[in-house]
Amino acid sequence: MLLSDSPATQRILLPVRASTIIGSFALALLANFLPWKNVALAPDFVALVLAFWCVRQPRLVGMGAGWLLGLLTDAGNGVLLGQHALAYALLAFTAITLSRRILWFALWGQALHVAALLLLVQGVVALVRLAAGADFPGWTIAVGPLIAAALWPVITMLLLIPQRRPVEVDETRAI
Amino acid sequence: MDHTPPPFFNRGPAPLVRLAFFASLSFALLVLDARFRYTEGLRSVLALAVYPLQTLATMPAALGGRIADYFASQAQLREENADLRAKLLGASQDAQRFEAARAETAQLRRLIGAGERLPLKSMAAEILYSGRDPYAKKIVIDKGSHNGVRAGSPVVDEAGVVGQVTRAHALVSEVTLLTDKDQAIPVQVVRNGLRAVAFGAGSSGMLELRFMAANAEIQNGDRLVTSGIDGTYPPGIPVATVARVERDAAYAFARIVCLPAAGVESGRYVLVLANEARQAPPPEEAGPGEEKRPAKVRKSRRKDADAAQ
Repeated sequence: MLLSDSPATQRILLPVRASTIIGSFALALLANFLPWKNVALAPDFVALVLAFWCVRQPRLVGMGAGWLLGLLTDAGNGVLLGQHALAYALLAFTAITLSRRILWFALWGQALHVAALLLLVQGVVALVRLAAGADFPGWTIAVGPLIAAALWPVITMLLLIPQRRPVEVDETRAI
Repeated sequence: MDHTPPPFFNRGPAPLVRLAFFASLSFALLVLDARFRYTEGLRSVLALAVYPLQTLATMPAALGGRIADYFASQAQLREENADLRAKLLGASQDAQRFEAARAETAQLRRLIGAGERLPLKSMAAEILYSGRDPYAKKIVIDKGSHNGVRAGSPVVDEAGVVGQVTRAHALVSEVTLLTDKDQAIPVQVVRNGLRAVAFGAGSSGMLELRFMAANAEIQNGDRLVTSGIDGTYPPGIPVATVARVERDAAYAFARIVCLPAAGVESGRYVLVLANEARQAPPPEEAGPGEEKRPAKVRKSRRKDADAAQ
């Protein structure tokens, strides 16, 4: 059922609640702040969740949210202020533009699109840092976005759980 | 005749306009931060906002470490204790000799009229995590400006210099490691007193002595210590050992690669040295007595010198 979540078999979802979106962003920030052994390989959860909401709810989550999250990431990580803000605003723009197209694919097809989006984020960050005079840390920085894109089906399943509950709660039902 | 959509269809500015707005805002911030460092206030506010999330994220690892400590076996503790005792014995011997040597140095310095070296204050700190920036070499320690850490303070471990505090937040601070590409430290070769500046070599985890003449008197295995002429690092702390010297006739400078002495990218505890004690005293207000004072000092120096003879 998970892999055949294309429009043909899509269920009608409940409207999303603002608390779900805010909570998911907080959890994503938390996951990014975990003490990862190798930062280059760690998936960027904030970018992934931002891409998810921009694709699913382009009217609710957009470039403003991405920009703010980017600023928080920059300040929390102690990097150049604005590098993630710029990259996440671009990510939100691209995801909103492509949202109709992406939702047409099955989950793995969507994951491929997301891989491209996340590589774009990493590329923008790399360009900004190289322009500011940093050394290129090697091609391992491209691995993180690919791992994150592979997590796309899992993230989709998890973040859609709150919207999948039935409207009328039947107390006598077993599950 | 203009057709404006009814207000409930209004979706605000077009996406491209919004992107341009946020991108230009980001560029402005980037330039302000990278070129002028004007954004420290905004940064500290934002950092404080995400601080709860950061503590929550590092809590499991800290808790795990504490639980592992609790279940350490007795044999292990005994062994460690014996080891530490032996080390302490060696260190106390060194400390006794150090006391004598320090007194002697102070006396000699007084004799030649050099200013006295003030004792350093230091503070132990624990490394919370290594920085989450693959483009820079940084670590984050658990002491901040509330504990008296200042930006610019040198950070050392038991073997030598680790780096320098580059940003002191309220509760944590960021330390740039010696191996970072933008970090420089003035050093001196122990063997012959040759002065140089060591730069981080980036991702290789080594240091580099730049702008040393191709015929500079330096060889493999030379130990480098801080020279102290910048007023930031106290003199005489081990920095690195020369690992490789390449002299190429085509270049004016030799390529000298050094291995850092401290466990720059490993280890868990560091010492933050307070560098304020070493700063020059504030200049006294100009007055008529101003010109007399240096003369007096010179006289007393001369007296010392006479006494020495």
